Amino acid sequence: MTQRATLEAAIKLGLTEDEYAHICAIQGGEPTYVELAIYSLMWSEHCSYKHSRPVLGRFPTSGPRILQGPGENAGIIDVGDGWAVAMKVESHNHPSAVEPFQGAATGVGGIVRDIFTMGARPCVSMDSLRFGELTEPRQRFLLDGVVGGIAHYGNCLGIPTIGGEIYFEPSYEGNCLVNAMSAGMIRTDNIVRAIASGVGNHVVLIGSKTGRDGIGGASVLASQEFDETLEEKRPSVQVGDPFTEKKLIEACLELIHRHLVVSMQDLGAAGLTSSSSEMSSKGHVGLDIHADRVPLREADMEPWEIMISESQERMLAIVTAEQIADVREVCERWDLDCTVIGEVTDSKMLRIWWHGERVANIPARRLADESPVIRTPSVKPGYIVDEPVAVDDAVYPRPKDLGAALTQLLAAPNIASKRWAWEQYDYIVQANTMQIPGSDAAVLRIKDSQRGIAFSNDCNGRHCYLDPYRGAKAAVAEAARNLVCAGALPVAVTDCLNFGNPEKGEIYWQFEQAVEGIAQACEALDTPVVSGNVSFYNESFGQAIYPTPMIGMLGVYEDVSVHVDDAFKDDGDVIVMLGAEAAWMDGSEYQKVAYGKVEGRVPDVDLQLEVELQNKLRAAIEARLLRSAHDCAEGGLSVALAECCIASGSTGGAQFEDPEAPRSRDGRWLGADVDLGSAAAVAGAAGRPDLALFGEAPSRVIVTVAPELLGPLDEVLGRLPHRVLGRVTGTNLRCTMQGKELFTVPVGELHSAYESLPQRL
Amino acid sequence: MSSAPVRFGVVVFPGSNCDADSYHAISTFPGASVQYLWHKDTDLKGVQAVILPGGFSYGDYLRCGAIARFSPIMQSVIDFAESGGLVMGICNGFQTLVEAGLLPGGLIRNTGLKFVCRYVNLRVETTDTPFTSACETGELLRIVVKHNEGNYTVDPETFARMQADDQIVLRYADAAGKQTEGANPNGALDDIAGVCNEARNVFGMMPHPENSVEAELAGGAGGRALFQSIIDTLMAREVAR
Repeated sequence: MTQRATLEAAIKLGLTEDEYAHICAIQGGEPTYVELAIYSLMWSEHCSYKHSRPVLGRFPTSGPRILQGPGENAGIIDVGDGWAVAMKVESHNHPSAVEPFQGAATGVGGIVRDIFTMGARPCVSMDSLRFGELTEPRQRFLLDGVVGGIAHYGNCLGIPTIGGEIYFEPSYEGNCLVNAMSAGMIRTDNIVRAIASGVGNHVVLIGSKTGRDGIGGASVLASQEFDETLEEKRPSVQVGDPFTEKKLIEACLELIHRHLVVSMQDLGAAGLTSSSSEMSSKGHVGLDIHADRVPLREADMEPWEIMISESQERMLAIVTAEQIADVREVCERWDLDCTVIGEVTDSKMLRIWWHGERVANIPARRLADESPVIRTPSVKPGYIVDEPVAVDDAVYPRPKDLGAALTQLLAAPNIASKRWAWEQYDYIVQANTMQIPGSDAAVLRIKDSQRGIAFSNDCNGRHCYLDPYRGAKAAVAEAARNLVCAGALPVAVTDCLNFGNPEKGEIYWQFEQAVEGIAQACEALDTPVVSGNVSFYNESFGQAIYPTPMIGMLGVYEDVSVHVDDAFKDDGDVIVMLGAEAAWMDGSEYQKVAYGKVEGRVPDVDLQLEVELQNKLRAAIEARLLRSAHDCAEGGLSVALAECCIASGSTGGAQFEDPEAPRSRDGRWLGADVDLGSAAAVAGAAGRPDLALFGEAPSRVIVTVAPELLGPLDEVLGRLPHRVLGRVTGTNLRCTMQGKELFTVPVGELHSAYESLPQRL
Repeated sequence: MSSAPVRFGVVVFPGSNCDADSYHAISTFPGASVQYLWHKDTDLKGVQAVILPGGFSYGDYLRCGAIARFSPIMQSVIDFAESGGLVMGICNGFQTLVEAGLLPGGLIRNTGLKFVCRYVNLRVETTDTPFTSACETGELLRIVVKHNEGNYTVDPETFARMQADDQIVLRYADAAGKQTEGANPNGALDDIAGVCNEARNVFGMMPHPENSVEAELAGGAGGRALFQSIIDTLMAREVAR
C-alpha cells in the first residue's frame, strides 16, 4: 500500500482543504489512505448531512405514539394492540438517473433493509417518482426502467407496492427523482437498534460477498451535481439481487425474534465504513474490523475498497460468543454467508486490520459526529413573487369548450391514471391490502386485530418552486388529508427532501423555507417527523430541480372496516364539498396544461381550517355516514369529480381492462349532476367558471352521502364550511353554474382520457 | 360431519413469497389444517394435499421453476403426485409443476413484456377435478393475477389431447364469461389460466386464489371455492374409507 493520503488525494475524494486539515488534526498527522477514504465517505453530504443538520432540528420529532424518532434506521410508531410500524423514505435519485432499472431496484432494497434491520417485517412500499416530460425519449426510457426496477425488486421480495406518485416536469429532465418509502410491522417488544455493545462480542457480516460494485456510490453520485460525465458514473451504481435480500429478510427476522443478535445494522451508503462507525459511535465502544476476513467477489481488492464497497444485500450484526453457533445455523439454513470479521473493543476506536497490520485507527465518535456543519447564507431567489397572478383574459384567454378542457386535463400525464405503472407492482401479496392503488391512500389491515394502517405520499414540486414554504406546508396538509379521506388518523411523517446544490444561497433558501413549512404543518396536524432523508445536488448542468420535499405519512385506524375510497357508489347519493371556497390559477395543472405557464404565488394553507376539516371528515367516516371521499388536488374540483365518476367503474376498487366489464353496483359507470354556484363567490376564481372548475386550493374534499344521512352529516360537520353540489346520477358528468350548463361529458369519455397514459409511452 | 381436518402442506422454497399467504388462506377454512414443508426436506409429514406457492423459488434468474424442480422436496412431491396425491401449483408453483413434467405445456413471458398485477375473471371449464368440484361449470371466479411469465403455451397435439381429456380447468374471460382479448392478461394460448394432468390430481393455475379468500380485503373471496373443493374431495374420500 503505497498510496499517500495527501491533500491532493483528499480533494480527489471530494473533501475540502478545511476538512482535510480537520482530519489531520484528529489523526495527529497525515492519515493513512484507508483512513482518508473512510473520512471522505462519512463526511460526504450523503452520509453526514453537513448542510442540512443545522436546519432539520426545526422538526417536531416526538409524541406519545413515537417509539423511535430520527437517528435510527427507521422511525417507529405505536399503532395499538402491541403493534408498531417502522417507516422511512430514502432517495435513490442519482443512481436511477445513471442506470434506472438497477438504481431504482437497489433503492427499494436499501429502504427495505432499513426496516427489517430494526426487527420489523416490511409490509408496504410506495414510491415517489419525478421525471422530465414524456415527450422526451430519454424520459420514457427512465420511467420504464425505474418502474421496472421497483417491480422487479419489490415483487420478488413479496412486499406489496401499494401506489405512490409520479409527476413529470421539465426541471427533472436531467435529474429524475426516485424516492422509495417502506414500512414494516413490529411487536413493540421486539425492536432492535443499531448500537454495538459488549466488549469481546463478535462483529458478523451476513449476506452477499463484497465486490467492487457501488464504490463511491454515496460520495461520487449522491453528493455531486451531474454533468457530461454521467455515463462514466455507471460503475458506481450497485446491482441488486432481490433473491438474496428475501433470504436476508427471513434470516434476520428469525435472528432478531429469537434474540440471537445484540444489534444489527444494514450496509447502505459507504458500506462497511458507515455501518461499523455508526454502530461503535452510538455504543461508545470500539470495533476492530479485519478487512482480510471479508468474503470477496474479486480476490485482489484493497482494504479501502472493501471498506467502502456498496455491494448490496449485506448486514452487520453484533453477536455474543455463546450465540454465534445458533446464528451460523440460521444463516446456513438460508444459504447465506455468515462471517466473523471483527470484535467489539473498549478502545472507542474504529480499527481496520489487513493481514495483521493496522491500516486505520480512527476515533469512532469523532468520525461519526464531528463532520463539518455548513450553513450557507440563504438568498431569496429573484423569481419568487409575493402576489398571485392577475388572471387577465388577454394572457389567459377563456376556453371555449370546458368539457374539452376537462378531458385535456384528465389526459395530462400528471393527472392521468398511473395504472400502467402500478399494475406492474404486486399490491396484494401478504393478504392485508384493503385499498389498492388509484385512490387517495393505501389501506392495510393488521391481521388478528380490528386495527389498520394507511399510507400516503405527496408533494407538488411546482407549488414548492413558486413558494417553498407554502408548497411544503401544503404537501404535509395534503398527505394528511389523503389519509383522512380514507378514514385514517394521520400520526407520523417520514420525509425525503430533494433539492439542488446547497452551496448555492438560493437553494439553501428553498431548503430552509420548505423545512419551516413542513415543521409548522406537522405541529398543527400533530404528525411528528420520525425519519427521513435529505438529497442535495439534484442539478444537472447547473439547473436545479424544483424543490421537492416529499412527505410520506402514516395513518391509523382503531377499526379499519370504516375505510372508504373515492368511487361514487349509488345513484341518488348526494355530493357535498367540504372546506375552502377557493380555486387559484397560480401553480395549477390547468395553468401549465392550458397556458404553458408556471407563475404566481400558490395559496397558503389555513392550518386551522385544515385541522377542523380533517377532524370532521374523519368523524363522519368513523360514524359510517359517507359513501366516498376524495381530495381536490391537481385539476381542481372538476377533475376530482371526474375521478370519482371514473372510479365508480371499478368493482371492489379495481378496474378491468375489459371495456365490457361491469361498472358499479348496477353494472355501469356512475355520472354526476353538479352545480357550482357562483364563480364570484370562489376566492381566486376571478369570476371565471373555468377557474372555479380547474383552479386549485388546499383544504377541499368531495364526499358522497346517502340522501337519508344528509341530516346526520350536517350535524357532524357543524360550522365547517360545506355545500351540497349535486347528486350522483346517470352516466354523464354534467356541471352547471347557477343553472347554466358548463358541460356534459359521458364518463366513458372521461375514462378514455384518464387511462390514455400508455398511448404516450 | 365431525371428521378430522384435511391436512394441507405448503412448500417453502427460499424465494417463495406467497407461502405465508397460502398458509393463512387455508387457515381460514374450519375444515383444514396446514403446515409448511421446507425445500431441503423430503418428508411430506403425512399431508393430504400439497400447495406449491407463488414467488421466485430460487430467484428464478434462470427459467422460472427450473431449479426448484430439482429440490429435495420436489422429489417427494413427484412421488406423492404419481401415487395420486393432490398437488396444486399456484403461479410459480404452476411453473415448477410444468418444469417437473407433472403438467403439460410451458409458461413463457407475458406478451406485454411486463409484470402484470390485475383482477381477472376465471371461467370454470370443468368441475370434474378435485380442485373445482365445489364450483359450477361456467362460473366466474374473480381472482388476482400477478406474474411476469404466465403466458401458457403447449404444442398443438398435446393441446388437442388436453381438450379431449377435459384438462383445461380455468380460462380468462370477461365479466360476461366470454373469451375476449382484453380479458387475457398475458397472451396465454386459448386464454388458459389453469390446467390439470390426465389423472386429474395435479393442478396448476397462474392466478392467486390464496389472495382471494376474504371478502373484506381488496382481493375479494373469489378463490374460496377452489380450496373448498379440495377439502370436500378429501373429506369425502375419508368418509368413503
